[in-house]
Amino acid sequence: MKPLHLIPDDVNVPFLKFRKIFYIVSLVMVLASVGMFFTKGLNFGIDFRGGILVEIKTNGPADINALRDNLGSLGLGDVSIQEFGEPDDVLIQLQRQDGEEEAQMAALAAVTKALGEDVTIRRSELVGPKVGSELKEAGVYSVVISLFLIMVYIWIRFEWQFAIASVAALLHDVLITIGFFVITGVQFDLATLAAVLTVAGYSINDTVVVFDRIREYLRKFRKMEIPDLLDLSINSTLARTTMTSFTTLLALIALFVFGGEAIRGFTMALIFGIVIGTYSSICVASPLLVVLRLKRKIPEAEEGQEANA
Amino acid sequence: MLYFTKWKAALVLLVCALGVIYAAPNFLPSGTFPTESSYLPGKQINLGLDLRGGSHMLLEVDTDSVLRERYDALADAIRTELRQEQIRNRPREATENGAEITILRPEDVEKAREIARTAEPNTELSGEGNNIVVTYNEVAYRELIDRAIAQSLEVVRRRVDELGTTEPSIQRQGENRIVVQVPGLDDPSRLRAILGRTAKMNFHLVNNEKTAADARATGLPPGTMILPSADEGDGIREYLIDRRIVVSGDNLVDSQPTFSDGRPVVSFRFDAAGGARFGDITSKNSGRGLAIVLDGEVISAPRINEPILGGNGIITGQFSVQEANDLSLLLRAGALPAPMQILEERSVGPGLGQDSVEAGEFAAILGLVFVIAFMVISYGRFGIYADIALMMNLILVLAVMSVLQATLTLPGIAGIVLTVGMAVDANVLIFERIREERRNGRSIINSIDAGYRSAMSTILDANITTLIAALVLFSFGSGPIKGFAVTLAIGIITSMFSAIWLTRLLIATWVKRSRPTELVI
Repeated sequence: MKPLHLIPDDVNVPFLKFRKIFYIVSLVMVLASVGMFFTKGLNFGIDFRGGILVEIKTNGPADINALRDNLGSLGLGDVSIQEFGEPDDVLIQLQRQDGEEEAQMAALAAVTKALGEDVTIRRSELVGPKVGSELKEAGVYSVVISLFLIMVYIWIRFEWQFAIASVAALLHDVLITIGFFVITGVQFDLATLAAVLTVAGYSINDTVVVFDRIREYLRKFRKMEIPDLLDLSINSTLARTTMTSFTTLLALIALFVFGGEAIRGFTMALIFGIVIGTYSSICVASPLLVVLRLKRKIPEAEEGQEANA
Repeated sequence: MLYFTKWKAALVLLVCALGVIYAAPNFLPSGTFPTESSYLPGKQINLGLDLRGGSHMLLEVDTDSVLRERYDALADAIRTELRQEQIRNRPREATENGAEITILRPEDVEKAREIARTAEPNTELSGEGNNIVVTYNEVAYRELIDRAIAQSLEVVRRRVDELGTTEPSIQRQGENRIVVQVPGLDDPSRLRAILGRTAKMNFHLVNNEKTAADARATGLPPGTMILPSADEGDGIREYLIDRRIVVSGDNLVDSQPTFSDGRPVVSFRFDAAGGARFGDITSKNSGRGLAIVLDGEVISAPRINEPILGGNGIITGQFSVQEANDLSLLLRAGALPAPMQILEERSVGPGLGQDSVEAGEFAAILGLVFVIAFMVISYGRFGIYADIALMMNLILVLAVMSVLQATLTLPGIAGIVLTVGMAVDANVLIFERIREERRNGRSIINSIDAGYRSAMSTILDANITTLIAALVLFSFGSGPIKGFAVTLAIGIITSMFSAIWLTRLLIATWVKRSRPTELVI
């Protein structure tokens, strides 16, 4: 049996020709994400906001309205009640209570009491205001520090143009993934933050593969115009880029469909981020090198090292 | 070169064999092997609380209150000395910022400062004019906090042990926090109830001159205070009691829940000194009320009818059976040196944990099957080699996690699934490169060799950047996120071994044995 080639061997898409379109598309997506982030804002989960979350299993399908009346009458502010995967599985979330840690404790006790003995509490989480703001801070730090370290690594390994282009692509992916959360209103918690960081790692991974090839071809084809060389590099790594994204997506889709409700938001972020990351490493990162005026500065001695290929 | 030296081949096989041996216990019923020795195989992966069910609590010890108490005592000690020297002074309200005393006559200030300076070692003197402020220096402060946390840890441990669960973990975190993890706990509210209380119990005499209501109207008699009743069922909302502690809860040695007249009560027993004091007080104050004060609330204030000499007694109150159990537990375990706050709590019931494990396992296996099939379709024989490496990689991840006793969490399972997708990346890179080299007309051996060689730096760069993200996640993340970072990081490292060395050995062996004339890839 002849193995399947997802991308034909002689693929030759003139990506650089369309780069203005990609820039516009990306710019619109990034600006929309940032704009929405500041206007609509993220739907932060209790990890960052502080508050209470209780997941219950009821005997038979849950009566959401009755639950809403029951818990709404406790005077604990906004109570969000939603079905969670199954009709007898309900997720209850309470906003952060006014006052300090004790107030949260009291609210959780009140909810548990009001729910009574008929339901099974499958999970309960309480995040006090102190921990909530600490987690938010740690989250911001971890994003900034990872981006910084990745940039330093790329800078050490490549020319500065590559470092800037890869971090631009990275920011592009992270911002649009966050924008995805803003638009869909999917809850943003610790797990989704981890997903965003993984997207960062993955996106840079994809970009680095193409950049490695560009660096190699810069040495090999000394007479080729830079845009043509970039196109050639993108095309010759295209099979790999799509294959890897495809296998990763296969695994993630299995997780999304069957992995349970608790990590659905997390896998959704990963799936979206990987699609965006693949797009950016092909259509954004490499064309950006032209804008950054990438030049050859390879010493003569290294010339023709692989010219016998 | 495709050529493998014997020892290199042996090393690759040895790593694989070790992986299988260390991962194996995870597929056998637990307890198949003794698990005492730290580096021999036999250990299973540690499941996180979100997978096996249990409670995680983050508590903060109110160290300010420890300081306040200590500064209060220090101020008292200094004032006693000042009184002996006839220096008139006024105490200030105790704060966590130091022991503060105001000296009334300016001419005494110099002498007073001298007394305050030498009152206790490791203190610093400050304050302006006629105010004296004594604070602990860094050394004494550290020691004070460390001791308070150590005591709190001990008390928390005793309390949690009383719940009778297996392997609770109680650890200090940062300066003044304690993390409690109790696996397999059905009812987290019980844990909340016993950890949320200081359980400082003291006995005070009830003031017999006035009622609390009178005192509110006409002013407190000196040396008294008003405390609320823990339970208003008996119609009394507040008590006026003497400030002086007649017997302290520190003298308790045992406490048990029991019944009196069919109602749940809590019995207690004092040590010799406490028993003697208790006998003395009850002999001299017949007819007065004895208030039992727990954490600033009066549980009950029975009338002393006769001397209680044996050092035993019971506490009656409006208890349910559960409350009587909890109170006696708290008294047995002792009081916390300072109040604690619950900052964070995450509890997962055992049913949900089991469901999560099953869903995660199913998704991981399904994802694996997809990827395996796809690799064979795309790369034929080479795909099979990559699949063998992929399976080996999973085994290695399990093995490393078992050896390190790393914790597997639900996001951790997602991390493994993600590595399944990403582990084949190295092979995709290599195989695509081999295809290219073949297209460029190189020989079979040369193509394979060049494929591995040129893909190497790319694989390294790509994996290191992901590893950076994983390490940052590990150092900043908490609980479940750490679990994700751990599996991701381990998976990246083991995949470099399996995807590069193992597939290379497999391909080299195949090329040597069957000397292919054409490469179907």
